[in-house]
Amino acid sequence: MSDFFLLMKQELAITVIIFFLLFVKITGKRANAGLLPWIQLLLLLNFLSGFFFIQSGTLFADMYHTNGLLAFQKSVLSLGVYLISLLCSDWLKKSEHLPEFFLLMCSSLLGMFLLISSGNLLMFYLSLELASIPVAAMANFDLHKKSASEGAMKLILISAFASAVLLFGISLIYGATGTISFASLAQVVTDSPLQILAFVFFFTAFTFKLSVVPFHLWTADVYEGAPIATTSYLSVISKGAVAFIFITVLYKVFAPLEDAWYWMLVVLSVLTMLIGNLFALRQQNIKRFLAFSSIAQVGFILVAITGAGVSAMASVTYFILIYIFSNLAAFGVAAVISEKAGKENIDEYKGLYKTNPFLSWMLVLALFSLAGIPPTAGFFGKLFLLTAGSEKGNFWLILIAGLNMVISLFYYLKIVRAVFMDKNETPIEKITVNSYVKMGMIICATGIIFAGLIGPLYDYIRELIIAYF
Amino acid sequence: MNLLLLLIIPLITALAVLFARSQSQVRWFSLAGSVAQLIASGVLLFAFNQARDYGNTAIILFEDNYRFFSNPNIQFHFGVDGIAVAMILLTSFVLLAGVLVSWNVQKLTKEFYFLLILLAFGAFGFFISLDLFVLFFFLEISVIPKYLLIGIWGSGKKEYAANKLALMLMGGSALILVGILLLYFNAGHTFDILQLSQTNINSQLQKIVFPLLFIGFGVFTALFPFHTWVPDGHSSAPTSGSMFLAGISMKLGGYGCLRIATYLLPEGAREYANIIIILSAIAILYGAFATMMQKDLKYINAYSSVSHVGFSLLGIGMLTQTAFTGALLQMVSHGVMTALFFAVIGIIYDRTHTRQVNEMGGLMKLLPFTMTAFFIVGLCSLGLPGLSGFVAEMTVFVGSWENADAFHRIATIAACVSIVVTAVYILRAIGKVAMGPLFVKDIKMGTESNSLKDASWNEKLALVLLIAGILAIGLVPEWLNKLLKPSAEMIMNRFTGN
Repeated sequence: MSDFFLLMKQELAITVIIFFLLFVKITGKRANAGLLPWIQLLLLLNFLSGFFFIQSGTLFADMYHTNGLLAFQKSVLSLGVYLISLLCSDWLKKSEHLPEFFLLMCSSLLGMFLLISSGNLLMFYLSLELASIPVAAMANFDLHKKSASEGAMKLILISAFASAVLLFGISLIYGATGTISFASLAQVVTDSPLQILAFVFFFTAFTFKLSVVPFHLWTADVYEGAPIATTSYLSVISKGAVAFIFITVLYKVFAPLEDAWYWMLVVLSVLTMLIGNLFALRQQNIKRFLAFSSIAQVGFILVAITGAGVSAMASVTYFILIYIFSNLAAFGVAAVISEKAGKENIDEYKGLYKTNPFLSWMLVLALFSLAGIPPTAGFFGKLFLLTAGSEKGNFWLILIAGLNMVISLFYYLKIVRAVFMDKNETPIEKITVNSYVKMGMIICATGIIFAGLIGPLYDYIRELIIAYF
Repeated sequence: MNLLLLLIIPLITALAVLFARSQSQVRWFSLAGSVAQLIASGVLLFAFNQARDYGNTAIILFEDNYRFFSNPNIQFHFGVDGIAVAMILLTSFVLLAGVLVSWNVQKLTKEFYFLLILLAFGAFGFFISLDLFVLFFFLEISVIPKYLLIGIWGSGKKEYAANKLALMLMGGSALILVGILLLYFNAGHTFDILQLSQTNINSQLQKIVFPLLFIGFGVFTALFPFHTWVPDGHSSAPTSGSMFLAGISMKLGGYGCLRIATYLLPEGAREYANIIIILSAIAILYGAFATMMQKDLKYINAYSSVSHVGFSLLGIGMLTQTAFTGALLQMVSHGVMTALFFAVIGIIYDRTHTRQVNEMGGLMKLLPFTMTAFFIVGLCSLGLPGLSGFVAEMTVFVGSWENADAFHRIATIAACVSIVVTAVYILRAIGKVAMGPLFVKDIKMGTESNSLKDASWNEKLALVLLIAGILAIGLVPEWLNKLLKPSAEMIMNRFTGN
């Protein structure tokens, strides 16, 4: 019994938070300003709890398993949720349904935890649903905005469609092999046509969730319509969790089909990088812009996944950690500006540096990290992705990825130019950043600057993975 | 001597600048930092020579190794050879002169100095690292400050120029990255330059990687046809920005071409040497003739830079020890020379608000100090004996002539022709600007002529510093030669197989 508590401590912690929020909701209305710090504190505790009493083991007849690596990945995701609660606190404070928002977000996070830990297709499917359905409600949180409803509708339809495809794939896999447990699947999977077909359905569901081209069309609309807290959750936390389980599934369960999925990944990664980048070039809305840039980032993640298991997992985990800092910092600045000045257009960012040097530096630091410019951590994140990707010797792919980094630099620099160089008669007026947001941004900035320069961090992640694989 | 000192001084200076309270504090902090850096580089030169005099013949001195990442195997491996010492000295000279010249920058002073020092920090790190990954890291650090320096403080079509520069340099970096990864995975899972130089890299791989590295670094050093960022970038940058671009940044590329690409991959270099010679001969001639057509002083120097840098690439392509030495001498000499040239142009522009050659004349009467410097740098550029340009170009020609076949001879002669062309445009520019009747467009002489003041103390100091550099190379080249020659020999040994 004590095993149960220790192994599932992160899930249990989140569940406690969920019950706390429910309790708060039932007992009556409270002022948001008083409630928010408590929720933030709980999320912080949840993040910190991930670092103690780490054990590995399985529960419920192998449906659930955990170990040091998974605990670390869950902590990374918890850190992201904590940062979102800090960075979007302006919007959250104004929200009429603050407890509900966190209720949904924590439920979804619980789903992701179980998703990462799942050892069985059934568990996998259930937790994926738990992870994605609340997000649709979160996307529609600005009830008065039509575009939010539209985005949420698209998200729920796409999720339903992806689930259908996934279920179909799962049933075919079960039909062909007679098992749904990951451990036994790994031994019986063969490359018979039926199993490859089943795998392709399964694979497609992942590409929907990761918004890999050609299944990316929902991304930009959802990102634009949803409140920034949801957008940043979708782009960072949800992508991160799906990427983690994706690698596990590919390398631990479907390893025998590697010939089949290797080229699928190569083609999809090239398409994703290229199309994400080319569409990002022309965006005017900062949220749409970040949506397409995040599609391109997924392309780079896929490049790493084409490499060998250990380094793919290590570089992706490391990259997601860095990506959380960089992307959340960028979204954080966008959230503050959109909330305080009501502006989301890149043209309206012109001359920002004159009035808001702190926000400008944060934005630029985040964008440089996303673009992979040293000394920010993004440089190391990107380079390790490419290093992992070149382990199989496919250097053409690396060359294409390298050139895509140049394209992406072009549009990131567009914002830098707007902020620092372009003249504007009516720049965004001076914004006072509240202390929660400031703290969140400083955490992000610290992460962006130091996560790359601390070598042992990456070595630590790698050791965790070697123990797991 | 601990080489980390060379990184710590700029780092502390940059932080001090960032936290400075006032404009004058920013200036004095940067000045103090760059003086300290120059002293440190001087000490390095002294210590290096002393170690050599005591008979320490190791290729790399003052080595230091710290683990950075264990897998991929990345080490903070530092150390210098003669080339690196010369380059570090050059960088500190240009840094100090750049800080002095930008004394009167009013717009966002703090950010300006911070970026200048960050750029120099990248260059220092680049020259001392012996690990390809770390080297690449420092190379990339120096790109974005250039973008911001040009884009924010520049003039003319600055956004266009800044974008072009950043994208072209990043494109070059992408090639370098692929080259480095190819080496890492196919030559023993190491980024360490010393280890790589001892592994036997098979010739097939060398022939693939060499063009990637050479073109990648070549973009940084204006290898034809990837030189197109140079004229736009140099002419749009603020004065010290141009000085850094030409004096430091282009040297990063030249150093990489010779010390990394050619040194590590001799067979690849041999394979492509003729192409390098053809491209650099084209660059030399094209640069020289293009300069003849320019009216803007900054464009004149930018195009002549393309031509001059061509000499160092030509020297690399010739694959003889003397030519290598010449290529290195040319890098150092060109660094000091263009920095001085841009400083002079900056001073002229500051006074007259024009850079068009035919919109001014007779400035010798008003700005004698600046114009004297202009004369010296012009004569250095056209290769007058006694100044650094002559020593460097002469060595390249002598080295090139060692190849006895017709192809190399023709390329050498073609390069020599450019010197005549250089004389034409330099003398014409000096004649128009410094000599003749005094006039400046839009400024009435006689009434407002008092407003044209000669160089102020800081500018004089910068000019004197750089002129001293030119003379030190031109009159007594032996000290520099002593630094560079053993390293050139070491690179040459890779070809002869000793």
